[in-house]
Amino acid sequence: MTTILTAGLGLKPQHFDAALACPAAGLWFEVHPENYMVAGGPRLAWLEAIRARHAISLHGVALSLAADAEPDPAHLARLAGLARRIEPTLISEHLAWSTWRGAYHPDLLPFPRTDEALARVADNVSRTQDTLQRRIAIENPSHYLHLEGHARDEIDFLTELARRTGCGLLLDVNNVYVSARNLGYSADAYIDAFPGEPVMEIHLAGHTPDPNLGAALLVDSHDAPVAPEVWALYARLIARIGARPTLIERDDNLPDFATLFAERQRAAAVLRLPLARAA
Amino acid sequence: MTASMMSSLVPGALARFQDDFAHALLAPAGRLVTTIPPEMAALAAQPAFAVYRNTVMKGCIDALQANFPAVTRLVGEEWLRAAAAIHVRDALPADPTLLRYGAAFADFLARFEPATELPYLPGVARLDRYWTEAHAAPDADVLDPAAVAGVAPEALAGTVLHPHPAARWMWFPDAPIYTIWSRNRSGGALDDSLDWRPEGALLTRPRDAAEWIAIDAAGCAFLDACAAGSTVVAAAQAALAVQGNADLARLMSTLLAAGAFRGMSFHPQSKEEHP
Repeated sequence: MTTILTAGLGLKPQHFDAALACPAAGLWFEVHPENYMVAGGPRLAWLEAIRARHAISLHGVALSLAADAEPDPAHLARLAGLARRIEPTLISEHLAWSTWRGAYHPDLLPFPRTDEALARVADNVSRTQDTLQRRIAIENPSHYLHLEGHARDEIDFLTELARRTGCGLLLDVNNVYVSARNLGYSADAYIDAFPGEPVMEIHLAGHTPDPNLGAALLVDSHDAPVAPEVWALYARLIARIGARPTLIERDDNLPDFATLFAERQRAAAVLRLPLARAA
Repeated sequence: MTASMMSSLVPGALARFQDDFAHALLAPAGRLVTTIPPEMAALAAQPAFAVYRNTVMKGCIDALQANFPAVTRLVGEEWLRAAAAIHVRDALPADPTLLRYGAAFADFLARFEPATELPYLPGVARLDRYWTEAHAAPDADVLDPAAVAGVAPEALAGTVLHPHPAARWMWFPDAPIYTIWSRNRSGGALDDSLDWRPEGALLTRPRDAAEWIAIDAAGCAFLDACAAGSTVVAAAQAALAVQGNADLARLMSTLLAAGAFRGMSFHPQSKEEHP
């Protein structure tokens, strides 16, 4: 039986008790697997307690799929081990790189979307799916730099990646808004052009203007409520492609659980609209 | 097609891009080495490049601050973050599980010139590190002291005690590192008088959370011997060798009560095995 996911929340240690107790139907939680790649102890026990009540999604930040190297076998093995233990409903990663020549750079770094890069990312996604024995979803990252040398636009790259590997896509609507503002393209056009069928998950998050550059550079900071413009893009997307599991991501400047849950309820209400229209 | 597009189609272009980008990320702003290609220098000169530079540095520094809370409390957040920024450029995380970042931080502090006036700092950092290791160690049962009490005295002589996978211990011959660390780890008072003497520490995780006690030189030597597979008798001899007046019965009961062992077995020459 497939678990029906509606809207979920990023899981934070500060909200453990409230998250565990929350009875909302279809509620799920997402974690970064890197934070739970430990041999034992209270972190894993905590995640397993949540998992006993709610569906979990593992959202990786460190497989470094766009590095010109295979994913670190030890890291991939730890991810596979955690997946066996937690039995997540979804596993996702990013179209980015972070580990390079043995050093981990804790960020989602950009690269020129060349055919060489596509071949490498496709190979890395396939290796990951083979190891995990399941389909994963790949997320569009936020962009800040005007990078030369792209042979494909991002949607074309992701569409071809999904075609070659059978992977799904994770569409982060806030990343679309932030990138479109920073690089000067239309977020509406991007959302309208994104292929709906491979979308396995959607992310919504808050952003902030760069402290030095102001509104000329928006930073995908995950430290604020979802912006009205992002809610509008989300509604536009759901109206076109239908309901998909949707996550409210919040990592910093954390409010109480009830405040985050209210944002989650707003996303859940948007997800019910296509169903209501079809009825 | 621009020149940079041409170059990016050459096999190996992605690897070269990543070599150059990684270099530009960590180079102090405005001090890129001259070997960096002009396209990367131009990219790094975009104001938005600072977002990546700042995120990478902040992620690493935040992790060191989180993993070394007693060190941070002793030196203050500003000092810790400045020192961490220097360490990050020397030793980026090798592992994306940032809980494990900082294996070399105590050694870094030991040779960090501004820290020479704080000779206890590396020891405090080692105990912060031990806390993290105990916190994330494999789950295992704790040897029940009653099981040891039930072993006949002549059999105990050939018994090997196996340290718990979460147990970490260290003897500090020069300073009361355990007291300094535990006060700062638990947020205790900083201005209480401090008896300047050697100390040892045992950290382990017998239940849900890491726990710690002070142990003496004999306790540390006893645990070292147990970890090396020595029998209780040989471990007791090792304890007496470093501390002639050690109270061995009290030492054993202290370590057992702290949950320092996961189990016991009999010496390989004996037939019986108690895993």
